[in-house]
Amino acid sequence: MTTASPHPAGPGPSTLVAHSVLLAGRRLRALGRMPAFVVIGLVQPVIWLLLFGQLFRAVVDLPGFTHGDGGFLRFLTPGVVMMTALFASAWAGTTYLQDIERGVMDRMLTSPAHRGAMVIATMVGQAVQTLVQSLVVVAVAVAAGARFPGGVPGVGVTLLAAVLLALVFSALSDAVALLTRRQATLIAISQFTTLPLMFLSSAVMDLRLAPGWVGAVAGCNPVEWAVTAAREALGAGTDWGTVLGHLGLLAATALAMGLLSVRAFRSYRNRA
Amino acid sequence: MTALRGLSFTAATGTVFGLLGPNGAGKTTAVKILSTLSAADSGSARVAGYEVATRPARVRRTIGYVSQKSGTDPMGTATENLLLAGRLHGMSRRDAAARARELLGGFGLADAADRLVQTYSGGMARKLDLALSLMHRPRVLFLDEPTTGLDPRARGEVWAEVARLTGAEQMTVLLTTHYLEEADHLADRLAIVDRGRVVASGTPDELKSGLRGDAVHVELARADDRAPSVVRTAPGLRDVTVRRATVRGRADDGARALPLVLAALEEAGIAVNSATLARPSLDDVYLRHTGRSLNADADADDAAPEAVEVAE
Repeated sequence: MTTASPHPAGPGPSTLVAHSVLLAGRRLRALGRMPAFVVIGLVQPVIWLLLFGQLFRAVVDLPGFTHGDGGFLRFLTPGVVMMTALFASAWAGTTYLQDIERGVMDRMLTSPAHRGAMVIATMVGQAVQTLVQSLVVVAVAVAAGARFPGGVPGVGVTLLAAVLLALVFSALSDAVALLTRRQATLIAISQFTTLPLMFLSSAVMDLRLAPGWVGAVAGCNPVEWAVTAAREALGAGTDWGTVLGHLGLLAATALAMGLLSVRAFRSYRNRA
Repeated sequence: MTALRGLSFTAATGTVFGLLGPNGAGKTTAVKILSTLSAADSGSARVAGYEVATRPARVRRTIGYVSQKSGTDPMGTATENLLLAGRLHGMSRRDAAARARELLGGFGLADAADRLVQTYSGGMARKLDLALSLMHRPRVLFLDEPTTGLDPRARGEVWAEVARLTGAEQMTVLLTTHYLEEADHLADRLAIVDRGRVVASGTPDELKSGLRGDAVHVELARADDRAPSVVRTAPGLRDVTVRRATVRGRADDGARALPLVLAALEEAGIAVNSATLARPSLDDVYLRHTGRSLNADADADDAAPEAVEVAE
């Protein structure tokens, strides 16, 4: 017979960290058992990267197209990295819905599992998935002939921006999932928001060649912030002020969305 | 413990307390309040001495909870599920691993310990649910409809496990069920719940012996409007209820009353399919206190939406 040690740690910061590690471990194991999920999430962006990279290779020659040195593939790569992060994280709330549907959520909520750790674990899972997918997209771009003067620091900034972007939208997706508790609603909202966010940014096109209102809207679009930071860092002659400013905006938004998600979590519990 | 429309009961330490009633009676609502999942609007509930509303964290460390749905993670193995549950309760990795092995062995899941739970049958997942709720040796265990949806063999296995555990682990168990046999089999004491209130409580034997005499149960060939008045003419039969083609009543001496009932029905030209005599069952107790048969309610639930369950 063994005995349960009677909870030396109260619900303090050490419990938050310990429970976050335990619960994130569960997410990552599940992710590791569904590599097909990660791969399928990569098919679309890689097709875009290779197809768009070929189809629109001439746009960099348009008068007024900036960041065109190094070819369209170099221009497009940060856009497709962010698109991958955006599309995958918009579905993040599904994992909550599965837990609710299955009954795992109720069991967790009747256990001492730290509530904050439950939110952090899903975000860590999303961040790791985004890291893997972003690395693959960059690798495919390099294999297809793209060269990035920004080198390793540039790729590092790209990964960081992609993770922050994933945190912004996975937290939002989690909040929608917890508030609506309906897969259909989550799918509808994801589909209505991701494509416009994608095209109201410089992900695939230099906004200097787009109507002025698109640029104005893009200024408030987290996807644009991430693309800008990554493209600036991957290119030659990086302006680190621009990079850090946009990363800061992303981090602040991710934090705000994280808090929103925690609130949605509380509201879910109150209605449970 | 008080909840709902004056749903009031107390379960003694180390016993199995059953809440018996149809879907929508308020059993699950009561369990959700006691297990800290829902907040009660008013009233008070205490689990192992802790006020649920003001000390939910303490309550959560004290209880195990098995809900109607499975709480197992299908994308993890049984061992991973158990280790996570134990460690969230503050057990060390070593203690959790030892306890997980012990429980997997006890539940006959040792061979499936490292299989993903998504490959488990319903009965196996249910046993794992029980094991999960027991990792940290809870003082109070909530079992909310633990065998709903299981085939009879798996149900029997779960019953055997619950009976074994309550004997061995000195836990207080709160069991909700709409299966009479389950309540009869497992519960030391019972409260019969109907529409959010307790209509009768006691040990299963006390409740049954509160009904004098035998249960008389006659199945007619088809429903007949005349049946109630005809049956009531038979001497020795009381508490007559008729629902569709089923006639129930009680008699001090069932063996003497039954032929008279059948004779009366035959005289009126009402054909009979079958007739049985039985010692009182919990269904009879339920019928007596609510005017409805629990089995008939369960049948009706399949067709009708559970309008009364909005609170859940």
